[in-house]
Amino acid sequence: MMDRLGFLTGRAARAILILFGVIVLNFVLLRVAPGDPASVLAGDQGAADPAFVEELRRDLGLDRSIPAQLWVYTKSLAQLDFGQSYREQRPVVGIIAERLPATLILTLTAFGFALAAGISLGSMAARHAGSLLDTVLTSVSVMFFAMPLFWIGLMAILLFSVWLGWLPSYGMATVGADLSGLSYVADIASHLLLPALTLGLFYMAIYMRVTRASVLDVLDRDFVRTARAKGLKPGLIWRRHVLRNALLPIITFASLQAGHLIGGSILIETVFAWPGIGRLAFDALMQRDYNLLLAIFFITSAIVVGINLVADILYVAADPRIELGA
Amino acid sequence: MARPREILSRNPGAAVGVALLAAILLLAVFADLLYPGDPWRMAARPNLPPFSPGYLFGTDMLGRDLAAGIAHGARVTLLIASAVTGLAVAFGVAVGAVAGYFGGRVDDVAMRFTEFFQTIPSFLLTVVIVAIVAPSLTSIILAIAVVSWPQIARVVRAEVLSLAGQDFVRAARVGGLSTPRIIWGHVLPNVLSPVIVAASLMTATVILIESGISFLGLGNRDFVSWGYLLGTGRTAFRVNWWLSTIPGVAIFLTVLSLNLVGDGLNDWLNPRSSGRGKRA
Repeated sequence: MMDRLGFLTGRAARAILILFGVIVLNFVLLRVAPGDPASVLAGDQGAADPAFVEELRRDLGLDRSIPAQLWVYTKSLAQLDFGQSYREQRPVVGIIAERLPATLILTLTAFGFALAAGISLGSMAARHAGSLLDTVLTSVSVMFFAMPLFWIGLMAILLFSVWLGWLPSYGMATVGADLSGLSYVADIASHLLLPALTLGLFYMAIYMRVTRASVLDVLDRDFVRTARAKGLKPGLIWRRHVLRNALLPIITFASLQAGHLIGGSILIETVFAWPGIGRLAFDALMQRDYNLLLAIFFITSAIVVGINLVADILYVAADPRIELGA
Repeated sequence: MARPREILSRNPGAAVGVALLAAILLLAVFADLLYPGDPWRMAARPNLPPFSPGYLFGTDMLGRDLAAGIAHGARVTLLIASAVTGLAVAFGVAVGAVAGYFGGRVDDVAMRFTEFFQTIPSFLLTVVIVAIVAPSLTSIILAIAVVSWPQIARVVRAEVLSLAGQDFVRAARVGGLSTPRIIWGHVLPNVLSPVIVAASLMTATVILIESGISFLGLGNRDFVSWGYLLGTGRTAFRVNWWLSTIPGVAIFLTVLSLNLVGDGLNDWLNPRSSGRGKRA
């Protein structure tokens, strides 16, 4: 038991170290950039306002030594104080909090779809290994693996919105429709479908590959052979022996992918004008609102680190055989 | 080790990949001969659809020949991809070799460092680096290399770790060879094949990342890559669908060919590894 507590403490310490690393990275980037950090952070619009730049300079403690500056920066980020966005004239943290739910809806739907479809298609391919079905499924996953996500999104818009006219391609809800209750939910769902499926497809292809390999590996083990020799029903062997063991590596792998999924949503949200933090990052990029951009980077990293930590805890709780050394 | 010809006949995907990649490389090399002059000049009437006489892929809203753009874009895309791969392999091999050879504390620190870059959202990091350090060819190459090297480092570290304890390394040490010479001359040559495989697969990912960055408009206007073409075509893609469809197909085919070649190299160079599709 002590062992596990030690393991989790180690993981928590590592998570904090990673977040501190992100802070240092932001700090270094701001100093590598041309111009002084205050004018970089202020962005194009803010830099024209001497009072705003002066205020930033004071907040960042730019008249002090470098270690003191890093300390000031770390302290403010740890308190979730990311300063003001000049363009919006309000604290950055509020802007991000407003946009976070939209991104969570999008990424969670995409993740759920990718896991469900990837695991079922991957096990299907493994159970019929070598068949035509396997070849087709494997080829499809190889294809999706090679396509830029945002391009799949554009093609989906062309096909389903422009040509067929089945689904909306823009935003999260119909503008000015003033819907409520169930029809409001249906409206959001119809807007969600294309971006979530697009974002999920790439990850579906990955999970499919991992599941196929993992299931094939387990099918080969002695305990499956024993179960077959005992005369257990195939369905029971599949559920109790194969799938449960095959799923473990997939779960570890999927939690590691969480960061990519959230980070990748910047392209999908841009293509579909989905009002989440990805789209916000794109807008910040276009308007050179770097204070906002760096805050999005920090908060996204924090979310990813948090997800990985939760996955570690779940893993320790779920599997008593887990090796705690690593 | 099986001969390349056997591998290609056993793995038809690899054969397709090699042929595709060769065609794309030729297109990049001979872009100037095929489409001489500035590919961004106004060549014909605007908005010609694909398969118009003389303009295979049509023209954009300014009358620029998309086929010329694709041919010259192949150069930029492949140039960026090879520069990133070179940098990432050099750095990844260095970190991985040092971590694996020395082990212990050094390994711990190196692996925490590697893990850091694998954990944080990599695409967002490249965007942040390129935007803040100022968009240019150099910053794009550096930024993608920063998020790409960890894979190589992990592969090299694992291999070196298993080699460092073996007799031939011990013998070299007893023989009085210097550590850099042991690593460079005796350990690293044995790591070459997995690195080649990892690097070819990484190049595919690099092209995808680059296309995303350029698509967001962070690319360099003087070096127009396929992602950049896709991004500029997007503004009119509901009407002129080919402007973003065709560069996307070019990216897809290149990435696909690199993945297939990587798989083929894996079959050839690491015959013991259980590649996908082997157990069928």
